[in-house]
Amino acid sequence: MRPSTSLGNAEKLESPLSMTQVHIIGAGIHPFGRTEGRSGRDQGVFAVHQALADAGLAWTDIECAYGGSEAAGNADIMVNELGLTGLPFINVSNGCATGGSALASARNAVASGQCDIAMAVGFDKHPRGAFNAQPGDWGLPEWYGETGMMLTTQFFALKIQRYMQLHGISRATLGKVAEKAFRNGTLCDHAWRRSPVDLDTILNAPMVNDPLTKYMFCSPAEGAVALIIASEKKARELGADGVKISSIAVRTRPPGSFEVFAPAISVERGGKPTELASQAAYEAAGIGPEDIDVAQLQDTESGAEIMHMAENGFCQDGEQEQWLAEGRTELHGELPVNTDGGCLACGEPIGASGLRQVYENVVQLRGRGGARQVPGNPKTAYSHVYGAPGLSAVAILER
Amino acid sequence: MSMPLPVAEGLWTDEAEPRLIGGRHMQTGEIVFPMPEGDAAQHYAPLPLSPTGTLWSWTSQDFRPKSPPYTGPEEFVPFLLGYVELPGEVIVETHIEGAVLSDLKLGMAMELVLIEFAPGRTTFAFRPSA
Repeated sequence: MRPSTSLGNAEKLESPLSMTQVHIIGAGIHPFGRTEGRSGRDQGVFAVHQALADAGLAWTDIECAYGGSEAAGNADIMVNELGLTGLPFINVSNGCATGGSALASARNAVASGQCDIAMAVGFDKHPRGAFNAQPGDWGLPEWYGETGMMLTTQFFALKIQRYMQLHGISRATLGKVAEKAFRNGTLCDHAWRRSPVDLDTILNAPMVNDPLTKYMFCSPAEGAVALIIASEKKARELGADGVKISSIAVRTRPPGSFEVFAPAISVERGGKPTELASQAAYEAAGIGPEDIDVAQLQDTESGAEIMHMAENGFCQDGEQEQWLAEGRTELHGELPVNTDGGCLACGEPIGASGLRQVYENVVQLRGRGGARQVPGNPKTAYSHVYGAPGLSAVAILER
Repeated sequence: MSMPLPVAEGLWTDEAEPRLIGGRHMQTGEIVFPMPEGDAAQHYAPLPLSPTGTLWSWTSQDFRPKSPPYTGPEEFVPFLLGYVELPGEVIVETHIEGAVLSDLKLGMAMELVLIEFAPGRTTFAFRPSA
């Protein structure tokens, strides 16, 4: 059957009337990059301990937990290290949206009144050169892989190439996105790439898939993030330094979207999962893109950040050229984007990557960003993760 | 020397000027490529697709893809690939032959050819129309 174009009940998921407000009261991170001798799950435990300390809580205070990884095993085994408190610990396995789905679930558990304090954790540990997809795993014919057309990097290049032609985006602008990411990474203690890379080096580096050079892609990496979620009542009782979750929306692709691993696509072009998630998140939060003070946008490669600026409503298609030229997405710009260096500087441990964005927004809204702190006491923060086979998760936080 | 073998059966028609074989959904009329296999096939009727179209996007493959699944030559030669829109039918991902990067423009006319992508093995490609 042809999939329905109606979104049906999906529109109602973000803000049921009965739900209470929910806050992030603790945030922990294991530095991203490569940590020899420490498993992905142990990095997760590290992040949980840090989040608990940040919230001033003990593991015994956590009433339920959601977590997962793409390639580093089940999250619930963490109870061996954290303590056998008997809490329900639900494993989440949702590809690139693993972290976002864990956070959405933890938030819903608190909002529905099921518990007052919940935890979301995501972690991963990918070897160098991971992400080697096989056709059978994706329901695709073998010839697609045999002929060399089944690479995620090709998809990103094909998407931005067309976008550049249609909307007048230059190669230099792609380079500026990467240059900004590495510059922000130098100021961020959880980033992997801590050295600046100049524009010429980025543009003249070996080509992976035209127009994207090797410095314009993020790499598989390791890392972990944990967030402690609490009801408003509990947050007040604890006197927590909390940040409100205004909305979270997770969406899968509508008909006619252009996604990775597609031997063919429909001539009838349709919507995008990011646009759906973004609109739902804004609507539930009751604010618009013009109200956002800082944003973390999925930047698997430079082109993704460019396109996601428009897909998330921050600018019109093509305006990114001017935005980058004027430095509007720099730390001191009108809308700082990827303040911790994003995926480009932090690498991409799939299960942790979406939660890293939320972690960074918590840091920024609390004013704890240090050298990378966005000026002017930001009040609203936006995060967006995107992944195969066409899904997006958006979270809007407010102080 | 034996004839090179297609990378898969049923991808294109066996005629002097081959055409890709897609599938037309029996209820909705939507055209897909390749023709679905297994249980999904019952909903589709095979349909030879237009051998000409226009360039929708493109990129280069500058390093050797991992094997498996790639079965191209060990001595890797970079290649071009992209999507070609077959008017009113479907947009197919394809190798691009007979062009260099600087030749390629959005919307340019393309035509189907068969290429030997690995010794003794053929696949489909599109090249700029003569």
